[in-house]
Amino acid sequence: MDVTFRIRRYNPDIPGKNKPYWQEFRLADVDPNDRVLELLHRIKWEQDGTLTLRRSCAHGVCGSDAMRINGVNKLACKVLMRDINGSKVQVEPILGLPVIKDLVVDMEPFFGHYREVMPFFVNDEPVPANGRERLQSPDDRAQYDDTTKCILCAACTTSCPSFWANGKYVGPAAIVQAHRFIFDTRDRAAKERLNVLAEPNGVWRCRTIFNCTPACPRGIEVTRAIGEVKLAIQRGTTTGIVDISTIHIKEPT
Amino acid sequence: MVKTHQFDAIIVGAGGAGLMAALYASKGGANVAVVSKLYPTRSHTGTAQGGIGAALGNLEEDNPLWHAYDTVKGGDYLADQNAAKVLAEEAIDAVIELEHMGLPFDRTPEGKISQRRFGGHTSNFGDKPVRRACHAADRTGHMILQTLYQQCIKHHVKFFDEYQVVDAIMNNGACAGVVAMQLGTGELTVFHGKATLFATGGWGKIWSVTSNAHSLTGDGAAVVYRRGVPMQDMEFFQFHPTGIYKLGILITEGVRGEGGVLINGKGERFMEKYAPRIKDLASRDVVSRAIYMEISSGNGAGKNKDYVYLDVTPKTVNRYFAEAGDERRITAEDVEKKLPDILEFCRVYLGVDPVKDPMPIQPTAHYAMGGIPTNVNAEAVLDEHWTVIPGLYAAGEVACVSCHGANRLGTNSLVDLVVFGRRGGKNIADYVKRADFVPLPPAPEREIEAELNRIRNGKGKTRPHELRSAMQKEMMQNVGVFREEKGLNGALEVVRELRERFSKDLTIDDKGSTFNTDLMEAWELGCLLDLAEATALAALKRTESRGAHSREDYKERDDANWMVHSLVTRHGSELSPSTAPALTINVNKKVDMSLAEVDPRFAPKVRTY
Repeated sequence: MDVTFRIRRYNPDIPGKNKPYWQEFRLADVDPNDRVLELLHRIKWEQDGTLTLRRSCAHGVCGSDAMRINGVNKLACKVLMRDINGSKVQVEPILGLPVIKDLVVDMEPFFGHYREVMPFFVNDEPVPANGRERLQSPDDRAQYDDTTKCILCAACTTSCPSFWANGKYVGPAAIVQAHRFIFDTRDRAAKERLNVLAEPNGVWRCRTIFNCTPACPRGIEVTRAIGEVKLAIQRGTTTGIVDISTIHIKEPT
Repeated sequence: MVKTHQFDAIIVGAGGAGLMAALYASKGGANVAVVSKLYPTRSHTGTAQGGIGAALGNLEEDNPLWHAYDTVKGGDYLADQNAAKVLAEEAIDAVIELEHMGLPFDRTPEGKISQRRFGGHTSNFGDKPVRRACHAADRTGHMILQTLYQQCIKHHVKFFDEYQVVDAIMNNGACAGVVAMQLGTGELTVFHGKATLFATGGWGKIWSVTSNAHSLTGDGAAVVYRRGVPMQDMEFFQFHPTGIYKLGILITEGVRGEGGVLINGKGERFMEKYAPRIKDLASRDVVSRAIYMEISSGNGAGKNKDYVYLDVTPKTVNRYFAEAGDERRITAEDVEKKLPDILEFCRVYLGVDPVKDPMPIQPTAHYAMGGIPTNVNAEAVLDEHWTVIPGLYAAGEVACVSCHGANRLGTNSLVDLVVFGRRGGKNIADYVKRADFVPLPPAPEREIEAELNRIRNGKGKTRPHELRSAMQKEMMQNVGVFREEKGLNGALEVVRELRERFSKDLTIDDKGSTFNTDLMEAWELGCLLDLAEATALAALKRTESRGAHSREDYKERDDANWMVHSLVTRHGSELSPSTAPALTINVNKKVDMSLAEVDPRFAPKVRTY
């Protein structure tokens, strides 16, 4: 099949291209199983080497190639042509972060928010005397399983209208990262993290718009995780909030 | 004057090995910079699926000596046995330490770290498969990468993200640091360090079907190789048996660990023929060859009969469990729970649901056993006398310790990262306390700047993509799972011709400075071409079959002549020579046999599974 790409371009180095503009590219012999990432590579490699994007693993694990594809945040390596209605693909950079060039945005504000929530394990108590692992029951492990999957691709945060409106909001990804530790029974810094997230730029800027959950390429129930953090702040405890009987294995989208 | 940063230690690459080294160098008091062309969490460690091997014995009896034995045997007796011993022994402590850092391993009912079976891992010196792979669903590498990055943030490690290292600065045989290009601005920056550790991963992009990320272009190996550091054991590159057909995306061995079986186009389970004892859980090189042999004898599946199936449907798995008298049974839900990411890959990329239908697979270029030669302290070494190159370290896939020998066992890459990354970090912390800075030569960035400008302003007709696909096709065809002299000579010729075009006839579109990935991809192609040449040369030189290196014209392992590592050295100082540079290959570096000296079970013998 023949496919037309309409790509949002911007190149600060070239006069005339240093304001955002749209450019169309045509590709012949496209297979329904081709990934959008492969097709962007074909454009870059065969037609226009200046087309600039980030990518690495090409199978949805590294989180480099989040972009807006036909108006929805996706990883370019996880969208196949057969998933797209018709033969037109519109590609733009993710929203809410400054564009550096073409599809590449400045990720520093995003990682800055990530660092604000203490995204690391804290437990200064002595490790078990036998020198072995700390024990954790499978049920306790299940409480935060979903949020361990986050790959920091920013698809959720840059789909969030609250984040678009106010870039100081830590955003869904940072809350997901905090959730991963807050509900880990081995961790000892839940309180500090909940204090950070109870601040005006923490969880309360979430208006439950629900864009983040469908945006997640890892199938994380992002809105649910944010809701659980809100509950933990309100109740002043992390116990009895995550109901693991309702954690289901779901068909990824 | 180019911008210059000075740190005690420069860590190049931010995957598992780099982050572990950074963490330990930092904890040991060194002032550390991590320089990485990707954001650390994009590193390829994150794609490792099935597990990290350690003889914890949480589910059944295990012993680090058995792990060392499996590693040596899996490596077809080319592994340095001192390194295999360190790997197996320190794995236990390293895994426990990862748990203490918060790594969310799956748990046994008693709350211990859960373990599963994996290819080539056995109890009691090859007796039967053992549960040794510690896992966090099928995303163990992701959890390791995340955990180590989190700990680096906690310990305020300084990161230079999206800085691509393009040259190593050597002065009088010692390493003084690196030159890097900041991708965002195109600016060159000099990193001056007392110690520089390369942890830049492999170069799977030499081949057309690979599990490797686009970024795995061997930059770290290539930049030191061009500055006179030898490449060890380049002929050994692992083809993982189960890549998704055509795409190369990996399907973890953990699938077979849970009971999955390989089935040919006739619907027969075929590993029984090749590895009667442990069948589908034989070592990766053995399984990859078996798949090729099935395909070449007409037993492949599909229209072109060029792939086989990996079947983890409960119906098939339970049938074979029953036949083997194994009491285990699995349900669709077990598969969903234990292998969620694999199921998703297959559903997304193949439209195949692995709980209902078998997955079409083929071997995929996966892992470099070779690389920068190091000792067990992660110090780079120059020759068969183990002469240390002052200030230069390497760990992880880019290094060749060699704990993997001629073929790496599944899970041992993650073990290698944490064990030798940690050793590297600790040794660097000690070294920088007593060492001085090696002085920088005048204008250390000059040569690489000229080379980058040559690429940027090339007036030729050839686009990098043409050269890259020609190289990948040639290497797949003639330097893949099976090799012979004629094909290897042909491949060498093709790669040299491609490199000549690279240096004389290249053109790229992007002449700018901001985030110029066109320039970077072209420069990376140069790295791949250099490493492809070294690989083909080493494969031609080794006239035997051992581990991942299978010569059709020398089918037997030749212990009398080949219990040695190969070292390819490139001579001349041009970064991109227009004619083939002189290469020499040294085959005098003997394999360390220290375990066999005290225990005859470690002596080379015929390898059967």
